[in-house]
Amino acid sequence: MEPGATQLSQEIFGLHMFVFYVCLVIGVIVLAAMAFILFQYRRKEGVKPAEFDDSKTLELTWTILFALILIGLSIPATKVMIKAYDDTEGEINILITGHQWKWQYEYIEDEVGFFSNLSTSLDKRNNLAPKDENYLLEVDEPLIIPVNTRIRFLITANDVIHSWWVPDFAIKQDAIPGFVNTGWTYVSEPGVFRGQCTELCGQYHGYMPIVVKAVSPEEYASFIIGKKEAKIQQALLTEKLWEKSELVTIGEDIYQKNCVACHQVSGAGLPPIFPALVGSDIVLNGKERQIEILMEGVQGAAMASYAEQLTEVEIAAVITYTRQAWGNDEAGDGRIVLPKEILDYKNNKL
Amino acid sequence: MSAVIESNHDDHHHGPAKGFSRWLYTTNHKDIGSMYLWFSLIMLFIGGAMAMVIRAELFEPGSQIVSPEFYNQMVTNHGLIMVFGVIMPAFVGFANWMIPMQIGAPDMALPRLNNLSFWILPAAFGILLSTFFMEGGAPNFGWTFYAPLSTEYAPPSVTFFIFSVHIMGASSIMGSINIITTILNMRAPGMTLMKMPLFVWSWFITAYLLIAVMPVLAGAVTMMLMDIHFGTSFFKAAGGGDPVLFQHIFWFFGHPEVYIMILPAFGIVSHIIETFSRKPIFGYSSMVYAIASIALLSFVVWAHHMFTVGMPIAGELFFMYSTMLIAIPTGVKVFNWLSTMFKGSLTFETPMLFSIAFVALFTIGGLSGIMLAIAPADFQYHDTYFVVAHFHYVLVPGALFSLLAGAYYWLPKWTGHMYDETLGKTHFWMSFISVNLTFFPMHFVGLAGMPRRIPDYSMQFADWNMMVSVGAFLFGLSQLLFLFIVIKCVLNGKKATAEVWEGAKGFEWTVDSPPPYHTFSSPPSMETLKA
Repeated sequence: MEPGATQLSQEIFGLHMFVFYVCLVIGVIVLAAMAFILFQYRRKEGVKPAEFDDSKTLELTWTILFALILIGLSIPATKVMIKAYDDTEGEINILITGHQWKWQYEYIEDEVGFFSNLSTSLDKRNNLAPKDENYLLEVDEPLIIPVNTRIRFLITANDVIHSWWVPDFAIKQDAIPGFVNTGWTYVSEPGVFRGQCTELCGQYHGYMPIVVKAVSPEEYASFIIGKKEAKIQQALLTEKLWEKSELVTIGEDIYQKNCVACHQVSGAGLPPIFPALVGSDIVLNGKERQIEILMEGVQGAAMASYAEQLTEVEIAAVITYTRQAWGNDEAGDGRIVLPKEILDYKNNKL
Repeated sequence: MSAVIESNHDDHHHGPAKGFSRWLYTTNHKDIGSMYLWFSLIMLFIGGAMAMVIRAELFEPGSQIVSPEFYNQMVTNHGLIMVFGVIMPAFVGFANWMIPMQIGAPDMALPRLNNLSFWILPAAFGILLSTFFMEGGAPNFGWTFYAPLSTEYAPPSVTFFIFSVHIMGASSIMGSINIITTILNMRAPGMTLMKMPLFVWSWFITAYLLIAVMPVLAGAVTMMLMDIHFGTSFFKAAGGGDPVLFQHIFWFFGHPEVYIMILPAFGIVSHIIETFSRKPIFGYSSMVYAIASIALLSFVVWAHHMFTVGMPIAGELFFMYSTMLIAIPTGVKVFNWLSTMFKGSLTFETPMLFSIAFVALFTIGGLSGIMLAIAPADFQYHDTYFVVAHFHYVLVPGALFSLLAGAYYWLPKWTGHMYDETLGKTHFWMSFISVNLTFFPMHFVGLAGMPRRIPDYSMQFADWNMMVSVGAFLFGLSQLLFLFIVIKCVLNGKKATAEVWEGAKGFEWTVDSPPPYHTFSSPPSMETLKA
C-alpha cells in the first residue's frame, strides 16, 4: 500500500500500518508460542501429560487483554473515520456516474462533462502487441482537477452498482443507481493518479479504469474554457452538411471505442445476447428505428442509450458507419444519417 | 452381555438393503452421512476445476483461455459451489455420522427427513450446473449476487439459480431441525448439555444459525424473482426500490453464513487436539460460551461488508466496533487450543497436522479480519485481493483443513481400515505448502491495489499472480492425492481397533471399527467414558 497523495490518504495509510504492526506482533507471538509448545511437549518416553483443564484467572486475564488491545485500535480508527466523513460542499463539485463500462464526469458549476473510456488496445489485451506500464490503467480522457482546491465528488451510477476507487486519494465509494454518495479530496502536488472500478459490474468490470490528473489552477481554468468552446463548436458541427466519407471515418473510430465489445469488430455480434449488425434488418432498412435504439437503448437488453454519451455528430457517424460497413451498403438502402437528424430527434422528444 | 446379543439381533433384521435402493431409500444416519461426504467431495472437484480455470486465466496479464463473460461465470459458480456444495454439506455429513455416535443415539431423530434433505441437494446442484448449457450462460454476478446486476442485468438462467438456492435452503433447514431435535432428545442418560462433546455443541449452535438465516436468503431471492418476473421494484431504483436494501438482506444472511462454515470446524479441531495432546481440552465451558457468543455477534456485524455503500458515520462506527468484538471469543478459542497442547504429550499424525495448521493459519485469517474491521482502512482493502486472501485463509486452511483433519481422524472408524499414514502426511505437507503459496501473495496484490473479480490486470501484479496460480495448481493436484487415499482406505488397509487413537475419548470410540449398521440400540452409560 502507498501513502497516497492527500492528507486523508496518508492518515489512512498511517492507521493501516499501525493496525498491521499490532496484528503482526500478535501473530508472531501466537505462532512462536505454538512452535515452542509443539517442540517442547512432543511425546517423550516416560513423560506423562499434565491433567489440568481449566484456569479461570488465566482465561479472564487474556480476555481482558484482548479487550484492551481492541480499544487501543478503535480510538485512532474512530478519529480517522470522522475526518473521512466530511461531506460539506467543495470548491469544485464533480458528478461521477458509472456506466457499463465507462465513467462519466460532469463539472457541476461549469456545466461541462465527458466520458472516460479504457484506451488500452484490443491487440494488447489479446497478447498481439507488447504491454506497457499502464496496461489497463489508461483512458482516452482523464479527469482533470486543480491542486490546492477542495474537490467534492458526487458518485452515482446509471445501470448497475460500480465503485469509484483511486487508492492515492483513499476514496472508494460505491456508485449506486438511485443514490448519490460523496467523497472529497485535496491534492497539493500535480500528478497522475490511477484507479479501477471495484464492484463487479458485468463482463467488462475489469476494463473501466480511472485516471485523475491534478494540474495547476491556471491549467485547470484553460481546460474548462477549452471544454466550453468545444461545446459551442459541437453545436455548429451539428448544423453542418456532412459528406458520407467524413461520417464513415468518424463513425469507424466511435464504433471501435464503444461498440466492438459487444457487436465485435466484424459486426457479427455475439448472438443471442448481442445481435449481429451485419445483415440486420434494422441496420439495412430501418434508419428511424436505428436512431431510436441508439438514443433510447433497448429495454431489458444490454443495449444502453448513447444520447448522453455521444454527441449528435458521433451518433450520426456511427450509425452511418454501420450502414456502410461489412457490405451493408449493398444489401440495404445504404442511407446515411446526418447529425441534424439526431438533433431533430432530440428536439421532437422535448 | 445382553446388549451384545441385542445388537446382533438387530443386524440380522435391519442390515442395509442391496444395490442402489440402499442409497436411495436409506434412513440410516451412517449411509446418509457417507452420501453427504461423497457429494461434497465430488463438488469439491467441480468447484476446484473452476478455480483452476480462474487461475489459468490470471496466470499472466492479457486474455488467456476464457472470455471475461465466462470468467465471471467461473468466479460466481466457484463461490456458490464451494460454499453451498462443499463446506456446508461436508459438515452436515460429519454431523450425520458423528452426532448420533457421540451422544449415544441409535440414529437421527427424523430419519426420513434426513433422507429428503440429502436427496434434494443433488437436484439443486444439478439445476445450478445445468445453467451452463443454457442460452446466455450460467449466473455471472458473483456469489453475492448484488442487485441490479443479478436482476435487470442478469442472464435468463438467474431464475434457475433462484430455484436452486431455494432448494439448498430447504435442505439446510430440514437438516438443522433434525440436528437440533436429535441433540435435544436423544442424548445418552446422564449426558447433560454441558457434558456434550464440543463437536455436538458447535453443530447445535450452527443449526440455530441456519434456521435463523436461511429464510432470510430465501426472502432475498424471492424478491429478486418478483423483480425479474412480476414487475415489483424491491431493488430497482427507477421504480422507487433500493439496491442497497439487497445488500443489507444478503449480508444479514451472509455473515452468520460465514460462521456456519467455521463453527463446526472449531468442534472437530477441539476433539483432535485433545486426543493427540493426550490431555483434556482446556476451558471446555469457555469454548462453549465462545462459540455461542460468536454466533450471537454474527447477527449484528453484517454491514462491515458494506463500508463503502455510503452508510451514515454512526452506522460505520457501530459495525466497526461490533466486528472488532468478535476477536475476543475467537482469540479465547485460539488460546484455549494452545493451552490444551501446553504440557501435553504431542504426536503428529495426519489429523493433528491438519488441526495444527488450522489453528496457525486461521489465526492469520483472523488477524487480517481485524484489519478489515477497521472501517477507514477498509476503504483501501474493500473488494481487493486482500479480502480474497482473508476469506480464503479462513475457509481453505480454516474450514477445509478442519474437514480434512476430521476425515483422517474418523476414517478408520467409518471404514474399519487405517488410512496410509505416509501418504496422509505427504498430502498434508503438499496442501500446507501450496495453500500458503496460493493465498499468502494475495495479501500483497490486494494491498498493492488489485481489485477482485477481474479477468485481467495491470503489469505490476504479474509476478505475484503467477506464483498464486502455480500454488493453486499444486493445491488442486494435492487434493487428487486425498481422493486416492480415501478410496484406498475404503477398499483395504490395516485393520483399525475400536479405540483407533490411543486415549481418544467419546462414545464413538467404544463401538467397533467399522461400527455395526445400527449402533446404541440401547443407550450407553456415561460410566464407559470415565476410563
